[in-house]
Amino acid sequence: MNEKVLETEVDDEMPSNKGSRLLESLKTNPFAIVGVSILLVVLICALFSPWLAPIDPHEQILNRAMKPPMYEQDGKVFYLGTDHLGRDLLSRVIYGARVSLIVGISATVIAGSIGLFLGLISGYYGGITDYILMRMVDFVLSFPFILLALATIAILHPSLWLIVVLIAFRQWTIYARIVRGNVLAIRESEYVTSTRASGGSNFRIIFKHILPNVLSPIIVIASLYLGRLIVIESGLSFLGLGVPPPTPTWGGLLAEGRSYLYVSWWIVTFPGLAITITVLGANLVGDWLRNVLDPRLRAR
Amino acid sequence: MYGFLVRRLIQSVILLKCVLVFVFLLLHLSGDPARVMLPDDATEEDIAQLRNEMGLDKPLFTQYVIYFKGALRGDFGESFGHGESAFKIVLEHMPATIQLASAAFIFSIIIGLPIGCIAAIKENTFYDQGVMAIAVLGQAIPDFWLGLMMILFFSVHLQWLPPFGYDQWVHLIMPMFTAAMFHTARLARLMRSEMLEVLRQDYIVTARSKGVSEFSVVFSHAMKNSSIPIVTVLGIDLALTLGGTVITETVFAWPGVGRLTVEAIHERDFPIVQAAVFLLASIFVMVNLIVDILYVYLDPRIEYK
Repeated sequence: MNEKVLETEVDDEMPSNKGSRLLESLKTNPFAIVGVSILLVVLICALFSPWLAPIDPHEQILNRAMKPPMYEQDGKVFYLGTDHLGRDLLSRVIYGARVSLIVGISATVIAGSIGLFLGLISGYYGGITDYILMRMVDFVLSFPFILLALATIAILHPSLWLIVVLIAFRQWTIYARIVRGNVLAIRESEYVTSTRASGGSNFRIIFKHILPNVLSPIIVIASLYLGRLIVIESGLSFLGLGVPPPTPTWGGLLAEGRSYLYVSWWIVTFPGLAITITVLGANLVGDWLRNVLDPRLRAR
Repeated sequence: MYGFLVRRLIQSVILLKCVLVFVFLLLHLSGDPARVMLPDDATEEDIAQLRNEMGLDKPLFTQYVIYFKGALRGDFGESFGHGESAFKIVLEHMPATIQLASAAFIFSIIIGLPIGCIAAIKENTFYDQGVMAIAVLGQAIPDFWLGLMMILFFSVHLQWLPPFGYDQWVHLIMPMFTAAMFHTARLARLMRSEMLEVLRQDYIVTARSKGVSEFSVVFSHAMKNSSIPIVTVLGIDLALTLGGTVITETVFAWPGVGRLTVEAIHERDFPIVQAAVFLLASIFVMVNLIVDILYVYLDPRIEYK
């Protein structure tokens, strides 16, 4: 299982053609439109939360604690109700998008960059470099991630960047393995061998000729895993091992609301709905990109 | 085959040793383990006493040798909270975790495989689209939220199922469903795509044109060839379910190792954390080993070089 090499075909399509093909397919794929729209809304919420949140998410007023959705007080409407400290749930859900996206995107960028670089080196040079790097990949993938993440966070204390680093530590292996598989196929292609024959340096071959051809699978894997990363971050926050309070996180809101489940259903319902819709959006975009850019990954 | 077996066994032993080293080093990376283990208001005398009791004043390598020898005997020290052997407490919680994980695993196979298979046979029908829409949603719902929503609906509103407990089989229903949801949805989607691929192969067309019944085409021709990637995913799922019941156990107060670990983390009971991580990591590694062996057995064409 660990030693399977992903078979790939050399992708000769020009990047501009891919862009137009993506746009064309987006117009005819309603699921992709839904996915892209969801991610755009979440991104806007994360970027502009200070302007979009109707009330300060940290403002605590106990006489309005645990009020149901559409509650009104002093001319303010609490569309999603309030939590146990009287804080506006809608504002906290909007702010919660920040942590989820920061963790999801940062971990993806870090893991993608490391995996891309090591996958290129491993696939291109082969030999002992390839052997060592791929054994490292097997090794990291054989660790039960959640448990080791819990143990690490328990000892080093939870923080946003620790979570990003932990997730990236696990994720780079997936990128490295897939990039390596692609490079193995590309390095034997005619245009690479002819560049080598005409005196092109390894650096030039790797970064000018091979790199553009392995970007598609990287984008596909990144989008397919974004949703999972958001769930992992929320799960850690739910267990009390995520970004510490008072920063609002979706998982943290759920954990707080859990104690009031019997009396205030809305405190757990809306943050969970926000996570589900975001993950659904990411998965729909992932499926669409995979089908258009790299249909060979369909079974993964 | 035997060479591969021996290599994989050695690899697994090395991995487990690495887990032990990781757990040992982690406590030391944080600075002074005695300070990490004791509450923030502990006095310097308390810290010095614990350091002495744990042998932390000895050289690091000596500490590791003592720790390693102890770990091989299942001795991770005494739990701070329970005052008993940490490993013994973890072992006592293991049956609940195995019960939940195996129930969820069996549920995902019994439900996920047939619905994926039927969806492939009925490609592009209402059934296919409906099942796949549910599967896509099932992969998006986080387990901790699904668990809470089930408690809200089935326990609070309908009062059909007990929200917590461990003694009767009804207590298992909601935790099992929660732990199984993601894997069931993934399995159904994978089964569908594998079956579709196999059903388009030439030998299936030949079998159909020879007049072989649809039942036989699906179950004796197509099923066998689509089982190899499924077995891989099932193996990964079994290992993930065993190590991933942490959240489900926390939501339903299920008395398994996952919940014990989370509680131990919050109480800074590190002997329990170390013993639990080691035990679950060992099971994870062993399951992966068994799956790899099964994989070669199922498809001897695979060469492990």
